[in-house]
Amino acid sequence: MSTVLTPSPAPAPAREKRGRAKDPSSARWGTYAVLFAIIVFSIFPLYWSIVVSSRDQSAIGRYPPPLVPGGNLWDNLSAAYEQGNFGLALTNSVIVAGTITAAVVFTSTLAGFAFAKLTFRGRNALFTTVVATMLVPTQLAIIPLYIMVTQWFGWANDLRGVIVPALMSAFGVFFMRQYLTSAMPTELLEAGRVDGASTMRIYWSVVLPVARPGAAVLGLLTFITYWNDLFWPLILLNTQNPTVQVAIANTKSGIEVDYSLVLAGTVIATFPMLIVFLLLGRQIIGGIMQGAVKG
Amino acid sequence: MSTDLDHRGASPEEESRRRPAGAPSPRRQRWRSRLYRLDLKGSPYLYIFPFFGLFAVFGLFPLVYTAVISTTPWSPRQPGSQDESIGLENYQNLLGDENFHNALINTFGIGLVSTVPQLLLALGIAHLLNYKLRGRLFLRMGVLVPYITSVAAVALIFNQIFARDFGLLNWFLQPFMENPIDWRAEKWSSWLAVSSMVIWHWTGYNALIYLAAMQTIPYELYESASIDGASRWQQFWYITIPSLRPTIIFTVIVSTIGALQLFAEPFLFDTTRNSNGGSERQFQTVVLYLYQQFWTNGRYGYAAAIAWTLFLVTVVIALVNFLLVRRIRSAED
Repeated sequence: MSTVLTPSPAPAPAREKRGRAKDPSSARWGTYAVLFAIIVFSIFPLYWSIVVSSRDQSAIGRYPPPLVPGGNLWDNLSAAYEQGNFGLALTNSVIVAGTITAAVVFTSTLAGFAFAKLTFRGRNALFTTVVATMLVPTQLAIIPLYIMVTQWFGWANDLRGVIVPALMSAFGVFFMRQYLTSAMPTELLEAGRVDGASTMRIYWSVVLPVARPGAAVLGLLTFITYWNDLFWPLILLNTQNPTVQVAIANTKSGIEVDYSLVLAGTVIATFPMLIVFLLLGRQIIGGIMQGAVKG
Repeated sequence: MSTDLDHRGASPEEESRRRPAGAPSPRRQRWRSRLYRLDLKGSPYLYIFPFFGLFAVFGLFPLVYTAVISTTPWSPRQPGSQDESIGLENYQNLLGDENFHNALINTFGIGLVSTVPQLLLALGIAHLLNYKLRGRLFLRMGVLVPYITSVAAVALIFNQIFARDFGLLNWFLQPFMENPIDWRAEKWSSWLAVSSMVIWHWTGYNALIYLAAMQTIPYELYESASIDGASRWQQFWYITIPSLRPTIIFTVIVSTIGALQLFAEPFLFDTTRNSNGGSERQFQTVVLYLYQQFWTNGRYGYAAAIAWTLFLVTVVIALVNFLLVRRIRSAED
């Protein structure tokens, strides 16, 4: 306890060490070189998709291949946009990923709060169930899901069929529980109780404001996941009513592939995520790293 | 200890807040306290209900129902077939199904070729990112770019790179090869191609997870090790790896489950999209085979048996992985 008050002697030698060349934790130029090479590898396929989609088919179909973008980007993008029904596809993806995100954040924050800060019978057993279900792949349940959604609910080729089964997430509950356990001081909760506030009141006026940063990160990760999801939408939706991923999976398949059109489709599908990533990359990285440490 | 005393010191204020000027009648007070207790005991269930309700309908029930369907010859092409029961016949057929064996082998093969290098690379990258670096955010974002690219987009871009005619990779290999490689034609080459998509997509994500865990390792451990003359490599091997043990277990299990579910990459790598996974099923994975039986052939019962078998395989492999990886020496040993 007292160490908090006494000024720590640590910083001085640390500063001294930073000046020395052999600081064991500072990077040498070789580290930068290797990291730079890795980043080139990470970005290259996306760069390549822009190169291919900015050229016509004949320029791609010859050696040596063009390594810099050409002038056909706009033509190919609009051709792919028309052909792949991308106007509707983008709208659908926004609706699907947006609705799922809102619902997952809502259900996860509620349950996460209960698991983090409230005591009730069966809490540990139920939370263990949540963790266990994180490991059960949803793909295994597609046959009954398909029967339920198309025959019982009548949602074949309907966005509701894509959205409704995804409204909850075991990972989300786990994430919010970990976040609130550390981010929300129990004293705040107790103070609310002492003031005679109901649990619901405490949830609204105490928990939600504290949960907001965690909920935002969960929302980002959920949005990315469902924007990029292919398996279930591919089964449920046809090309008349696709999400972006269904649309790009259906661009010109066959023996002869027009890669400039196909990759123009991937550029359209990836672009919105790239914008989100450029704006909120820090939060996305923080979320992934946070989930890891506490998990 | 002292904080406790501080608390008590502040309590007179709270006391006065708890007893406002106009105190309620005893009856209302009793009613209130009963409500309060109900709220205290009941509301947690109210909060977890939305999750568990949805989970019961769209998570648990389908899993159980899959088992039921797997004991029928259900096919939408044969009306009434869902009500017949054939016991475990689907599972028996599965045991003798060469295409299923092939799909299992492909899944394990691609799983190994993609997961092992991916996690080793991720460890190395995390180690580099853990140094004091300038432009830290830029470096981390650069590593994470593949993660925000959809699996479908990755597969389609890599389709061009691995194309036999005028693919980018074959152009690079031109000086070393007589003929261009037909990457889709052979098992080894198609496995490499599909694995490279998985590796590219997930390495950066896993690197960040390792990095997060590395940052919780106390700096003093490294400091005293370097005073004792341990090289950087020795520090990595004797301090970093043992400290990362729980995280390594976590990533191995998650990646294994992901590898067993592999679908989009092999599905899109076959440009005919007939879910055959190549002309000779060179890269047909289990989920791709499941999809083919369910979607293309309309064999719901058989596909359900595949799903349940894969579920059991997943559980067994996750357990085996857990036991294997647990043997990494922990930092305390």
